[in-house]
Amino acid sequence: MPGKLKVKIVAGRHLPVMDRASDLTDAFVEVKFGNTTFKTDVYLKSLNPQWNSEWFKFEVDDEDLQDEPLQITVLDHDTYSANDAIGKVYIDIDPLLYSEAATVISGWFPIYDTIHGIRGEINVVVKVDLFNDLNRFRQSSCGVKFFCTTSIPKCYRAVVIHGFVEELVVNEDPEYQWIDRIRTPRASNEARQRLISLMSGELQRKIGLKVLEMRGNAVVGYLQCFDLEGESGLVVRAIGTACTLDKLSSPAAFLPACNSPSKEMKESPFNEDPNPNPHSSGPSTPLKNQTYSFSPSKSYSRQSSSSDTDLSLTPKTAPYPQGPGIYLCPSSTPLSCGSLHLKSRLLSESSLTPHHSSLVSPVLRKSVSFSEELFLAASGTGSGSAGKEGGPLKALLRQQTQSALEQRGGSPHRFCRRREFPFLTLTAFPPGLLVHVGGVVSARSVKLLDRIHNPAFVGIMGNTRSYKLLDWNSFNSDEPETRDAWWAEIRQEIKSHAKALGCHAVVGYSESTSICEEVCILSASGTAAVLNPRFLQEGTVEGSLEQRIEENLPVGCGFCHIPYDELNMPFPAHLTYCYNCRKQKVPDVLFTTIDLPTDAVVVGKGCLIQARLCRLKKKAQAEANATAISNLLPFMEYEVHTQLMNKLKLKGMNALFGLRIQITVGENMLMGLASATGVYLAALPTPGGIQIAGKTPNDGSYEQHISHMQKKINDTIAKNKELYEINPPEVSEEIIGSPIPEPRQRSRLLRSQSESSDEVTELDLSHGKKDAFVLEIDDADAMEDVHSLLTDVPPPSGFYSCNTEIMPGINNWTSEIQMFTSVRVVRLSSLNLTNQALNKNFNGLCENLLKSLYFKLRSMTPCCLCHVNFTVSLPEDELIQVTVTAVAITFDKNQALQTTKAHAEKSLQRASADNEEMLQFPLELCSDSLPSHAFPAAKAVTVEKASPMGDGNFRNRSAPPCASSTVGVVKMTPLSFIPGAKITKYLGIINMFFIRETTSLREEGGVSGFLHAFIAEVFAMVRAHVAALGGNAVVSYIMKQCVFMENPSKNQAQCLINVSGDAVVFVRESDLEVMSAQQPAVNCQPSCTGEVTT
Amino acid sequence: MTSELDIFVGNTTLIDEDVYRLWLDGYSVNDAVALRVRSGILEQTGATAGVLQSDTMDHYRTFHMLERLLHAPPKLLHQLIFQIPPSRQALLIERYYTFDEAFVREVLGKKLSKGTKKDLDDISTKTGITLKSCRRQFDNFKRVFKVVEEMRGSLVDNIQQHFLLSDRLARDYAAIVFFANNRFETGKKKLQYLSFGDFAFCAELMIQNWTLGAVGEAPTDPDSQMDDMDVDLDKEFLQDLKELKVLVADKDLLDLHKSLVCTVLRGKLSVFSEMETNFKNLSRGLVNVAAKLTHNKDVRDLFVDLVEKFVEPCRSDHWPLSDVRLFLTQYSVSVHSLDGFRHQVLWDRYMGTLRGCLLRLYHD
Repeated sequence: MPGKLKVKIVAGRHLPVMDRASDLTDAFVEVKFGNTTFKTDVYLKSLNPQWNSEWFKFEVDDEDLQDEPLQITVLDHDTYSANDAIGKVYIDIDPLLYSEAATVISGWFPIYDTIHGIRGEINVVVKVDLFNDLNRFRQSSCGVKFFCTTSIPKCYRAVVIHGFVEELVVNEDPEYQWIDRIRTPRASNEARQRLISLMSGELQRKIGLKVLEMRGNAVVGYLQCFDLEGESGLVVRAIGTACTLDKLSSPAAFLPACNSPSKEMKESPFNEDPNPNPHSSGPSTPLKNQTYSFSPSKSYSRQSSSSDTDLSLTPKTAPYPQGPGIYLCPSSTPLSCGSLHLKSRLLSESSLTPHHSSLVSPVLRKSVSFSEELFLAASGTGSGSAGKEGGPLKALLRQQTQSALEQRGGSPHRFCRRREFPFLTLTAFPPGLLVHVGGVVSARSVKLLDRIHNPAFVGIMGNTRSYKLLDWNSFNSDEPETRDAWWAEIRQEIKSHAKALGCHAVVGYSESTSICEEVCILSASGTAAVLNPRFLQEGTVEGSLEQRIEENLPVGCGFCHIPYDELNMPFPAHLTYCYNCRKQKVPDVLFTTIDLPTDAVVVGKGCLIQARLCRLKKKAQAEANATAISNLLPFMEYEVHTQLMNKLKLKGMNALFGLRIQITVGENMLMGLASATGVYLAALPTPGGIQIAGKTPNDGSYEQHISHMQKKINDTIAKNKELYEINPPEVSEEIIGSPIPEPRQRSRLLRSQSESSDEVTELDLSHGKKDAFVLEIDDADAMEDVHSLLTDVPPPSGFYSCNTEIMPGINNWTSEIQMFTSVRVVRLSSLNLTNQALNKNFNGLCENLLKSLYFKLRSMTPCCLCHVNFTVSLPEDELIQVTVTAVAITFDKNQALQTTKAHAEKSLQRASADNEEMLQFPLELCSDSLPSHAFPAAKAVTVEKASPMGDGNFRNRSAPPCASSTVGVVKMTPLSFIPGAKITKYLGIINMFFIRETTSLREEGGVSGFLHAFIAEVFAMVRAHVAALGGNAVVSYIMKQCVFMENPSKNQAQCLINVSGDAVVFVRESDLEVMSAQQPAVNCQPSCTGEVTT
Repeated sequence: MTSELDIFVGNTTLIDEDVYRLWLDGYSVNDAVALRVRSGILEQTGATAGVLQSDTMDHYRTFHMLERLLHAPPKLLHQLIFQIPPSRQALLIERYYTFDEAFVREVLGKKLSKGTKKDLDDISTKTGITLKSCRRQFDNFKRVFKVVEEMRGSLVDNIQQHFLLSDRLARDYAAIVFFANNRFETGKKKLQYLSFGDFAFCAELMIQNWTLGAVGEAPTDPDSQMDDMDVDLDKEFLQDLKELKVLVADKDLLDLHKSLVCTVLRGKLSVFSEMETNFKNLSRGLVNVAAKLTHNKDVRDLFVDLVEKFVEPCRSDHWPLSDVRLFLTQYSVSVHSLDGFRHQVLWDRYMGTLRGCLLRLYHD
């Protein structure tokens, strides 16, 4: 009995009138946990009963504590007939299971009924006494902390980031059980709510176990989703990043971790890779040697450049043809089923002619999958030595991290997983972790749900369609394997895409599904990246190398530098020297799924960029449908991508962050919606304009029209540049010509003259309009596209919007925040729908929705809509549902300008200082042999000296919480922070699932009234739970699902909502000045790195 | 493409004051949108009519959901569904209970019953206030009345406590409840010139002086005194007022009273001669009003009588307000010099309030 759960029912208030005669209620409460139930006394004739019960005690396994929710039911006592249920409260007691979170749950909870909504409130106190259980083979994972936040939580420090954890649980959906025909809607809904609550608990426990096996203590970026597959069941799946976190107030704990010997890594087996690559995983020992004796010498770079070439393309991924188009690459994933993979390379200059695949294998038609890397770059000429300089470092990093990440899979695992995926669900990283970003990698796969991919089960039943008569317990144990395999396949593909980009890791990773009837599109996407292995492995490498790496990576642009080898680029890309440091190559455009790194140097402000697309599809059944969908997908991806590119250029920007492409499948159409935040990265070249070219050059009026359009586009670009304050500093150009970097250039000239000419042309090119984007207007469609480009209206003055955590270019938020959810459903007129009309409708829907938001929030200006999250679903034939959740944050306009200026100045200073410091290290290129002695850099010493200061800084910032939850106000935000406040405590994860149903839709104000009330109730229940935990805010709040179904003719509607977030305690920053002084990332960067490396 | 569903839910409930006012005024969504368009909001914000329509609908829906809570304002404070800052909550409540002058004049003193509710159509047509708004205001009156009618203690305090209204609004509601309870006639044609403020002023004076609560000390045994403290007039007091009749019934006393007043006021009044000739009529009027108050019907006609017996005669002689004030002061004070008159305290309790009321009622 490792745990004792204690519950006390105190009182109720605002109960509904249950007895019409007396206008009063005789209420009592049932408290249920697992199979044990307690009851309170009946409190007669009151709408505000005071039960003040004894402590109900449940003695339970900690496994149950994790899985089961506490279920509290309020009933009206009836002497003669059955007692009427008033409503229920489900309380997830998980936050009580780990020491640092909440110690007691106490407060008023709304009493919720799936038919009537909230009916009064109940005051409950819950406590847990946990006994220590040292059983090694325990099934519980109490103590593992979960965070929805996709960055290292504010008051913690990551000691080690262990890597990807995933799990899924499958069950039959109670809504589709035979018993559903005889039970009431209420009973069905409650069965569903309870089951999902149970499954989430189980899933969380299983993930926790995996984390414990990895010797982690937390999951960050925990994302749990439901797939309502209908007849074929209910899948609850979750992904996250296992970490070892350390509370910032106790800095001692991380020291042993860093000092721990690195032997472990060397000895760890690498055989988990089914296609062992000797180059990528082999040379761990030589690497070690290099680690201890590294100096930036030419010889060294030459030496490792050979291995670099080998590494950049693993043998597994076949060399990519340089030509445009889609090609088949069946070998990219080692799937035995032989599923068909369509792979497309999307190239900016190539007019893509999608390759229709008639190769749908008749045997396994269900796993037609399509994948694609979004990676655009125009072909570059330069292959100068400056680019190579980073080569060896990259190679080192890549190898180390890869081994660090893959080593995980080597640990004996109960579930016998063959391989680990080097994925992180994080979108923001501790300083120094993210070294390079390759680009977005994504994979999609179309699956059919109607058959259980389980031979054993089919064998038993013979007929899959009748399985619902079967008790789910008898088959569900085998079923996850199928879904697991599906996801494994996709992840494998992502992994190989990342490898092709010369990256060993994927960050900002997420997975999603879209289900329509029996077809399901599985999607995964992330950003290929090179990570610094220091965080990924306990004590991988010591001191000097890391510091050298840090020093060699210029602040604010390092992540932009290409991770792949430019001689062996996986695709033609247009590379230039980094505009910030001028040392390494960067692509001309960068797409990522992560947040903008805090140290990135950005010009001007960012903005929300969306690509929207609809494609009609014939109604079809099963395989035909799946084939049709998978044939459409490449076209959609391509068009979404082109739209994004065009819009980005129209904004005069060169990078996208937080890119999220959602493809939704409906009965007769597919929808694509991509959202991202565009920014101008100072490190990347200025984007060229958009040029329009007509097909019929001799037609005078046509040409006039074209030139008119061209002018309009140019005007828009100019206007946007002004709007978003994009004035790339000309200074950076001058710095290149200025004497400071000259010695370096000269030395290189001496060293390799052949390369010098390239460099010169490179510099010249950067001024020219080499990469203008050409739009060909050859038909009405193209015309339409150009028009739609120009119809996007910029937000009204005083408004900015982005879908990332923070708005690039704005950094002094004031404390006012307003989180909101907006839902729209439109009905399309079914008559002769065309793709164009559909696109127009969809565009209009999204634009109008944004306009409405701006209008509604006009009183908050100047403000920024952050983390704007659009979700599209197609609930019925002609219905499109768009759900938006975002937070509006006010900011101080005047101050903002000043800080950005100061910030820019500072970074400039910093850049020049870096250059000077560079000169302190003579770039002597004398020896061709490996330097045999450690590099006793003065730099390292200074960093070490800085570290105690860094510690002090941190301790100051996490000053003891004077946790006084002031008012009953609970803030909610999709961001991981609260502006103007400091998060002092994480109380646990909030993960709630609600169903609401009505049979009196008209009486409740129609569909709008019904859903409005329901969402308001969901917010209320989230707030109540947070308040009961002692918190005053939810951060990283997300509405993961909002499934709305209506049947107006029957006056019925049903809605399912799933929300999650992290309950926290925050304290207002009383001294805002102190905080803003600490804010510039440049300041705290050295201290942070110093601290961790010591 | 038609919008089937269109909602916006904020963690903090958004309240647009302008839309709230339109909603309270009982405009339909379409009318409200039209009015907002006319206010020039589209030009200011660059929004489209569609956006405005959607925004208005949204606010209306929110208000509709809030209305249930506004019926019992303390519920609004304790509920968990809508997170609203306290200042906004106060605004919502205050505005919801605010009423139109034109409307309140129509129902003041009427029984707050179904019958009156049926007349709301006419009131709506007559006042130009939408029927919806009339209903809300009427229901507010009735709701407040029902809650505080049976309650002990200060009427204003009770209202404030149960409806969380501002002091001023709570006083107005106290007047409305007081009038409704005593059914004072306010609708007669000759009373039309009086504003709600005039009546509210009188109501407050009467509550302060003429009710049981006004006696100061609460009855020692609370059970014995089942009468409501502030809502009902002090029956004993009304009974006693009969004693004042001697002031006009006794000819000597009346003459003496007149001569006392005239002596002091001679030369001070611009309308002295008119006063002198009218003194007996006026005095008779005022004292008879007091003497009649034992009958419920006469209580109801209090204001009609005061206007008929005092205000109108003075007004027809063009008394300036200052003269009325001087006269009434002297008229009440002089009674103290009447040796044969024993009900000085009673007289002061009556005349003190009446003087205040009359001065307020005396205008065009």
